Amino acid sequence: MTEIIVVTSGKGGVGKTTTSASIAVGLAKRGKKVAVIDFDVGLRNLDLIMGCERRVVYDFVNVIQGECTLKQALIKDKRIDTLHVLAASQTRDKDALSKEGVERVLNELTAAGFDYVICDSPAGIEKGASLAMYFADRAVVVVNPEVSSVRDSDRILGLLASKTRRAELGNGGVEQHLLLTRYNPDRVAGGDMMSVDDIKDILGIEVLGVIPESSGVLSASNAGVPVILDEESAAGQAYADAVARLAGEPRPMRFVDAQKKGLFARIFGS
Amino acid sequence: MGLFDFLRSRPKNTASVATERLRIIVAQERARSGRPDYLPLLRRELLEVIRKYVNIDPDAIEIHVERDGDQEVLELSVALPEKQGNAAAAAAAAAADDA
Repeated sequence: MTEIIVVTSGKGGVGKTTTSASIAVGLAKRGKKVAVIDFDVGLRNLDLIMGCERRVVYDFVNVIQGECTLKQALIKDKRIDTLHVLAASQTRDKDALSKEGVERVLNELTAAGFDYVICDSPAGIEKGASLAMYFADRAVVVVNPEVSSVRDSDRILGLLASKTRRAELGNGGVEQHLLLTRYNPDRVAGGDMMSVDDIKDILGIEVLGVIPESSGVLSASNAGVPVILDEESAAGQAYADAVARLAGEPRPMRFVDAQKKGLFARIFGS
Repeated sequence: MGLFDFLRSRPKNTASVATERLRIIVAQERARSGRPDYLPLLRRELLEVIRKYVNIDPDAIEIHVERDGDQEVLELSVALPEKQGNAAAAAAAAAADDA
């Protein structure tokens, strides 16, 4: 059975594409057949984060409009055999997407035996975002520990509970997970950043993972290598944990406590 | 935390301020999102109609939609002004007429 997972947030710039890329790679590394689709028509970026921007010939809109086959448009990842990328169109706008078209592509992926389809949602709550979430079985809501991001996530949680196929069919709605990104445990300890528990309490859903603020994320996007493949970086390790939990393996939460400072640092400040 | 940090004024704990603000706004927005879009307009029009007959306060109308299984119940409550208040107002008006 194919599981459709939407990565969404409402607010822009919180790490949806970084998260989509890492979840897709993480699941594929576990031997699953994975497709990751960029729904941000007009502002595509997943191809850059995945490092396949020069191999895009056909895109999602081409497939929807019947200008090529799905097989022609799927870009096979060079690192992992079971991973495929479907890029967004850079020249059209989001009206080029239709509910029927998206459904047809998802049905084709299901028929082709994909285990997971990851839908990388654009920011906002307009057409691209609503179509990215409509067919989802599960949702990963990416949130930064910051007021506007948390509020927007709550709006998205409301939409997931009402404006999705699962909600309309009345079969329990979309399974919701929270993924905190850009988390800085030192600032949380200092009292100027909301903690995981604060945000969990406000939004009232389970936390899939906490990704610490890490220089590895920028380096990874610079190089076009999803950060989960950087096993040295804290962010990469935290994404690997989150993917394990998504696949049903419990993992202890890491990178949520402030670093203990040495005596020297404590006396002279850091 | 350095040795001389105590000389600086300590900033307020901004994370708890953020949490508190979000708790309130999220609760408000969740309550609002469950309601049909037409409620504010319905409330305003009802107020206009009732005011033709009784001079009520703009806040005296409360509208709730409650879900009871498959049914939705629209509950409307209008608080009429107190009789005593009316009498006092009438008396005051009469006194003004006399003067």
